[in-house]
Amino acid sequence: MVHPLDTILLIASLVCAVWSLVLLMLSRPVGKRWLLGALLLIELALLVQAVLGVVQLAMTHRHVSGVVFVGYLIGSLLILPAATWWSVTEKSRWGVGVLLVGCLVIPVIIVRMNQVWSGV
Amino acid sequence: MSDPGLREATRSGPGRVLIAVYAVFALSATARSAVQIATKFHDAPLAYVLSAVAAVIYIVATVCFTRGSRTSRLVATVSCTVELIGVLAVGTASVLDPSAFPDSTVWSVYGDGYGFIPVVLPILGLLWIRRSSRVPAPV
Repeated sequence: MVHPLDTILLIASLVCAVWSLVLLMLSRPVGKRWLLGALLLIELALLVQAVLGVVQLAMTHRHVSGVVFVGYLIGSLLILPAATWWSVTEKSRWGVGVLLVGCLVIPVIIVRMNQVWSGV
Repeated sequence: MSDPGLREATRSGPGRVLIAVYAVFALSATARSAVQIATKFHDAPLAYVLSAVAAVIYIVATVCFTRGSRTSRLVATVSCTVELIGVLAVGTASVLDPSAFPDSTVWSVYGDGYGFIPVVLPILGLLWIRRSSRVPAPV
């Protein structure tokens, strides 16, 4: 997992986490549509990462715990759609709080995935 | 007996975020304990059984907060209490006798591997059950 995509995803999801936090503080969901757009881009990039990850796993000669690694790749794809669904059905400002949680989970998954990849 | 007002009070507002965090822990604890039990159960049976117990408690809490009926709120109160006792007991035991836990659980050292969220979560859950019962039902 050395390609720069995971670093970009890590930073992008943290930026969106801060963005969600600001919206939560503002108590008015200004520009929530832009945030959802950014999350869609992150989700697409996660999809690319999942495909690349599976390819890398198939090509590596080192021992990597495949089930756990692929589990994290699949898990990473579920978080943002689930968070968005749970968020948009909430009328109050706490809806973006759910997006904040989702955005914070992505970096954790990426870090764990890198640990699994390097055998920590 | 269903009470739509109570249901909405339980699962909206901060409750929505609480449910999201519980769902993340339900998913991660379930996946983690499933892998641990399937691949290396005999390395640390106690730790892995405790991970599975934690996973079940997180699932129960997620479902109960989402349902928000009187019964499920009662179940959530019990499960959050068990969760709090569990994380305090396992946390203390893992500090006093680390050799009993050759591999860590979600609740080891009060959940330090998870940013101490495991020890805060049941407290927030119990506070939320208290608070949402007094909040007037949103329209």
